[in-house]
Amino acid sequence: MANRTYEVMYIIDPETDAEKIAKLNEAVGSLIEKEGGTVVRMDDVGRKILAYPINKKNEGHYVLFEIEGSGQEILELERRMRVNDMIIRFMTVRVDEDRKKATKMRMKREAKAARRATFRKTEEPAVEVAEVQE
Amino acid sequence: MDAVLGNEEEFGDKMPRRYQRRRPRQVVPDYIDWKDVDYLRQFIPERGKIMPRRISGITAKDQRRLATAIKRARSMAMLPFVTE
Repeated sequence: MANRTYEVMYIIDPETDAEKIAKLNEAVGSLIEKEGGTVVRMDDVGRKILAYPINKKNEGHYVLFEIEGSGQEILELERRMRVNDMIIRFMTVRVDEDRKKATKMRMKREAKAARRATFRKTEEPAVEVAEVQE
Repeated sequence: MDAVLGNEEEFGDKMPRRYQRRRPRQVVPDYIDWKDVDYLRQFIPERGKIMPRRISGITAKDQRRLATAIKRARSMAMLPFVTE
């Protein structure tokens, strides 16, 4: 049942060195692979100023993962993130359902536009003919 | 529509306050990305609160989706909860 897509974002303590951050990201990736998920996208956003201080820190290193899987790997990942001292905040969002809805809405709109376009095409020549006859 | 405001003095203070929709019929993308801070910011006035629907002028459905996106961004410290 590997059919769900998740977005996992976490903020790392800005005081950790780059080497450790790279190692952590690698560990996260390998953990997901081990638990049966696949990493669709991995984005190291980098240092950003926080909108409000967390643990008396005004900056944070953002990392974003996009994961496909059953949800089991998320469980394990979240458990480990909770324990990790470097990670000051994390969040997982399930995105596949919302994205599916979004594509559905877009398809609907496009279909409607297409219907309108065909309707107009059939109507226009008729008008022209009528004008000529008069 | 704003012609109504001209008659306000005749009604005195009994006249209900009329809000002007700042941006009527906004187009909202199908998928509101909670990471797209620049987009979400246009629905957040200085105070940091979520703009009410009567001012933002978007549909109820879109407003709900927008509110969740803003709340998600807030919990990841990408947007403020309050600004002084």
